[in-house]
Amino acid sequence: MPTLLDVKNLKTYYTTLRGYVKAVDGVSFAIEKGEAMGLVGESGCGKTTVILSILKILPPEGRILDGNVFFKGVDLVKLSEKEMRDKIRWKGISLVFQGAMNALNPVYKVGDQIAEAIRTHEPNVSKKEALERGRKLFELVGLDPDRINSYPHEFSGGMKQRAVIAMALACNPDLLIADEPATALDVIIQAQVLQLIKQLRKTLHLSMILITHDLSIVAESCDKLAVMYAGKIVEYGDLATIFKEPLHPYTQALIKAFPDVRAERSPLVSIPGSPPDLLFPPSGCRFNPRCPYSMDICSKKEPVPIEVKSKMHQVACHLIGKR
Amino acid sequence: MTETILKVEKLKKWFPITRGLLRSLFSRRELYVRAVDEIDFEIKEREIFGLVGESGSGKTTTGRMLVRLIEPTSGKILYRGKDIVSMSDEEFKPLRKKLQMIFQDPYESLNPKMTVFDILAEPLRVQNVAHGDEIYERVCKILEDVELTPPQEFLQRYPHELSGGQRQRVATGRALILNPEFIVADEPVSMLDVSIRAEVLNLMLQLSETHGIAFLYITHDLALARHLCDTIAVMYLGKIMELASADSLIKEPLHPYTKALLAAVPVPDPTSKRAEVTIKGEIPSPVNPPSGCRFHTRCPQFIGEICKKETPSLVEIGSHHYVACHLYR
Repeated sequence: MPTLLDVKNLKTYYTTLRGYVKAVDGVSFAIEKGEAMGLVGESGCGKTTVILSILKILPPEGRILDGNVFFKGVDLVKLSEKEMRDKIRWKGISLVFQGAMNALNPVYKVGDQIAEAIRTHEPNVSKKEALERGRKLFELVGLDPDRINSYPHEFSGGMKQRAVIAMALACNPDLLIADEPATALDVIIQAQVLQLIKQLRKTLHLSMILITHDLSIVAESCDKLAVMYAGKIVEYGDLATIFKEPLHPYTQALIKAFPDVRAERSPLVSIPGSPPDLLFPPSGCRFNPRCPYSMDICSKKEPVPIEVKSKMHQVACHLIGKR
Repeated sequence: MTETILKVEKLKKWFPITRGLLRSLFSRRELYVRAVDEIDFEIKEREIFGLVGESGSGKTTTGRMLVRLIEPTSGKILYRGKDIVSMSDEEFKPLRKKLQMIFQDPYESLNPKMTVFDILAEPLRVQNVAHGDEIYERVCKILEDVELTPPQEFLQRYPHELSGGQRQRVATGRALILNPEFIVADEPVSMLDVSIRAEVLNLMLQLSETHGIAFLYITHDLALARHLCDTIAVMYLGKIMELASADSLIKEPLHPYTKALLAAVPVPDPTSKRAEVTIKGEIPSPVNPPSGCRFHTRCPQFIGEICKKETPSLVEIGSHHYVACHLYR
């Protein structure tokens, strides 16, 4: 069986008047059936653009310049818009949008919005059947099925997030992409939502990409981790391995930047400087201006991802190449 | 013994809900959002006091009342023994220098039409404490303090020419320039990227030491509060549920709500598996808060009628560890 999703050397640039914004610049990763991968990085590092490229819902200024996205062996980059809509989106890959608070249309009933998603992708389903499926989905995500005729403003933040998850599950996808599913929610609600996602993955055998800036959320809900910095994946592999022994200086700093509530009180660690402008990324390794271990070669040559020990741990850093 | 700088007694803020004419004709009952409902605490010199809670728990309202941006419905705020609530504006103006605030969103709290110099010089001009060259000197000095160096490079910039972290430094500088004794910092890093958060927070820590400033740090992030604060107070629906030193609050949480909050904080360690979330539902509306203990509707350790009927008061259990719960009496 082919890998469920195999992204190879994906390049997506945005055209602006000042030049190309290299938002995604040679990104590769793979997800097997049933696996969950965390895609982590700061704002503006290109995480969301990766997802928009996979689903081909980029804004007009964005273009996939190079690379392949194989989904069950089919290259999505080559598919037409109609094929994407009829075969891939929602049935194969669905998306839980960022900011669920605003992802629902305030003037339509929640149930009608779920029915619309079903009927767009499966035109033979009648509205009545679609609503019936909506009720089942509501039950699945822990909402009262009788609330299907409510408007979004009648839902609390946590309920809206559940409804958006229900909508993403409407056409039985194989891969669920969740873009910051828990940010802007209070901790307790956040924990409830993450627990729901975990439980759904188990019962529905879903694969998942979880996009977030919060490493601690990834730590408890994923198997794999890809750390992105300025349009590139700097470290990729098995989650537990990376947490135990992060090799890229950026990953190391990022892990330290998340304080553990249970640990002894200790000074907070920051990464000096700020993320680069992707219109004019630094030459060589893009992290070199902020890197504490920067060497001569770092600003001259771009490091390529190297496998460390096993295939399941790749790092793009000259420090590792040297060893 | 360090001196108490700020003492809050039975502080209360109820926001009236305005209704249409017809509704107000038919119903006499006034409705209020009970944002803050009789809280007491005190902040010592140089202390970093963390106020933690979910959205809608009243933390921001509390912070704003302490610097007199909102007038309390009742209660007292004693700054070095003097009640600032009952003061007139003229009486309060000199104290404004001592009580400052850093706002949550540095993208909105800085006037986009003013240069960094003007933003930082404005407090000096308003308070009439410096003139001419002295203003320039003090602005440069403060830019150095918040590590925007060399200052000359930043003086003539506008906020849109700065990154988020730099903006929050300017906002911090603006709060510092009048040499305050107490600063309210309302989620100062929630809008910033992870890698720059620690920078701004460490700056705050350092300033509290070098300048001897006390902070009220408002946040929803217990993990950050744990590493930054000396004392933490947990708020829920306008009430303080538990108040203790950061160490004892994290290590020996007493209130079921604090325990639930702690259990819900994700831990950046894949080997630790967290317990199931025991709390169901969401924070109730502050318009009609539950009777008795406000947490009783979601409490996993609910003990019966008493929780529904009597509001537990904040009592001292251990040394400097206060809790408002019927389990401990």
